[in-house]
Amino acid sequence: MLDIKESNLLKAISDVSFLPENSVYNLRKNGLGVERKTNEKVQIENKTDKPGIDIRIMPDTKNETIYIPVIITESGVNDKVYNDFYVGENADVTIVAGCGIHNSGCNESRHDGIHRFFIGKNARVKYVEKHYGDGEGTGARVLNPVTEVFIGENAVCEMESVQIKGVDSTERETNAVLEAGAKYIVTERLMTHGNQSAVSNMVIELNGEDASAQIISRSVAKDSSEQVFYPRAVGNAKCAAHVQCDSIIMDEAKIRSIPEIAANNADAQIVHEAAIGRINNEQLLKLMTFGLDETEAEEIIIQGFLK
Amino acid sequence: MLELKNVGFTVKNEADGKNLEIIEDVSFTLEDGKFLVITGPNGGGKSTLARLIMGIEKPTKGQILYNGTDITNMSIDERAKLGIGYAFQQPPRFKGLTVRRLLSLAHGSELPEDECCSYLTRVGLCSMDYLNREVDSSLSGGEVKRIEIASLMARDLGLAIYDEPEAGIDLWSFQMLVKSFRMLSSEKNESVIIISHQERIMQLADEVIVIADGKIRTQGAKDEILPTLLGEFDRKCDLRGEKGAEGNA
Repeated sequence: MLDIKESNLLKAISDVSFLPENSVYNLRKNGLGVERKTNEKVQIENKTDKPGIDIRIMPDTKNETIYIPVIITESGVNDKVYNDFYVGENADVTIVAGCGIHNSGCNESRHDGIHRFFIGKNARVKYVEKHYGDGEGTGARVLNPVTEVFIGENAVCEMESVQIKGVDSTERETNAVLEAGAKYIVTERLMTHGNQSAVSNMVIELNGEDASAQIISRSVAKDSSEQVFYPRAVGNAKCAAHVQCDSIIMDEAKIRSIPEIAANNADAQIVHEAAIGRINNEQLLKLMTFGLDETEAEEIIIQGFLK
Repeated sequence: MLELKNVGFTVKNEADGKNLEIIEDVSFTLEDGKFLVITGPNGGGKSTLARLIMGIEKPTKGQILYNGTDITNMSIDERAKLGIGYAFQQPPRFKGLTVRRLLSLAHGSELPEDECCSYLTRVGLCSMDYLNREVDSSLSGGEVKRIEIASLMARDLGLAIYDEPEAGIDLWSFQMLVKSFRMLSSEKNESVIIISHQERIMQLADEVIVIADGKIRTQGAKDEILPTLLGEFDRKCDLRGEKGAEGNA
C-alpha cells in the first residue's frame, strides 16, 4: 500500500493515484521492486546480473497499458536501474514510466533509468515518461535517464517525456535506430527553474528506406536555470526527419539549442528549426485585455506552450 | 459612457531625440450603446487611439473617463474588468492554446461548446473544424483575425473596440461580419468603436470621427460626415474597399 506522499508522487508521474487492477505494472520504491502484476501477454522478470527488469510483450498484444513507475521518498537514495522492453511483432501497447522523487533530507536522491526498447516489425508503442520532484529538503533531486530504441520494420514508436517541476539536475541521453518504414516521434517538454540544469542529447539514426522521425522539443527556462539541447538526426537511407526546438527564456536563464542534421544518402530529407525567445509581448497584452494580470497571462502562455 | 479629454500621446524619436506627437489634443464623448467608426488615412493615429483607450499605451496628456471613472492611469486588466475590450489589428498567435480555450479565457469562464460554435459561426468559421485547433501558425491570417473578433463577441462588454476587423478577411466573410456587427449593435447595449476604412462598416455607425495626423479632422453623425468623406477620401483611403483591405500600424 502507498501512503499519501507516495500516492501523490505516483499521480504526478502517471496520472493515477494507485495502480489500476486490470493493468500490468511494476512499482519500484527506494531502489527496490515492491509490487508487480503480469498476465499471459506481458511478462516481467528481474534481471539476474544487475538491478532492473525485462519486460516481454508477446506478439499481437493489443490494448495493454503497462505501468513501470519509480518513486523515491528517502533522502540519499542512489538508484540505477536497467529495464529492457521486448515488444513483439504487431503488438500495440502503451507504456507509462516516470520517476517521482520526494526529498525532505539534505542528501542527494538520484535515479538513473537505463531503458532499452526492442520493437518488433509492425508494432506500435506509445511511451510516456514523466519526471517530478518535490520535498522541502536541501538535498538535490537528480535524474539521468538513458533511452535506447531499436525500431523494427514498419513499427511506430511515439515517446513523450515531460519534466515540469522539481528536478534539480538532469542529463538525458536518447539514441534511436530506425529500420525500413519505421516511424519515431519524440516530444520533449521541459521546464526548469531556480538553479536547475537540464541537458538532453539525442541521436536518431534513420537506416532503413522510408524511415521517418519527428523530434519536437518545447522548453521554458526560468530564474537562473540552464538548458542544453543537442538533437541529431542522421539520414543513412531515403528517409525524412524533422527536428524542432522551441524555447521560452525568462529571467536570468540560459539556453543552448544545437539541432544537428546529417545526410549520408542523396534521398534523405532532413529539416531542423530552432527558436529561443522571450514570451511575446503581444501575447501578454492580448490576455491582459481579457482581464488577466501579467503573472496569470504568463502562466497561461507557458501552460499552453508545454501542453 | 466614454470621454476623452484633450488626450495627447508623444514618443521620443530614437534617431534624433526629438519628440514625436502621435496623438494631439483629441477629445470626444461616446454615449452608451452608440456605434462609432473611426476612419482616416493610414498612419494617422487611429490604432494608437484605440490602444490608449484599452490602456496598452498611456497618454502623455489629457484624461480618459469611462462611466465617470478616471481610467487614465489604470492598467489593461483593470480596464478589461470594467468591461472594455479590444480586438487587435494584428492578433498574436499562441502555441498550444486551442480556439475553445481562447474563447473561454475571453469569456472569463469555460464556454459550452454550442456557445463557442455560435460565436465562430458569426465570424464565418465552421465551428467544428476550429474548436480544438490551436491558434498557432497553422491558421491563416484571416482565420486568426476572425477568431480575434469572435473572442471579443464572447465577452460581456460595455465598450468593444475593433481595430480594422476587415483586414485580411475575404469578401464572403466580410458580408457575414457586417451582418454580425449589425446584430451586435441592435441586440446588445454595447458601445462599439470600429476602426475601419470600409464604407459598409461606416454605414452601420451612429457617429464617424476622421483622424489624420494625430488630430480629429472631422466628427459628427454618420449622415452628415459620410457623404463628404466618400468624395474627399475615396482615392486616398480606398473607402469603398476597391483596393482590398490593407493593414496599418
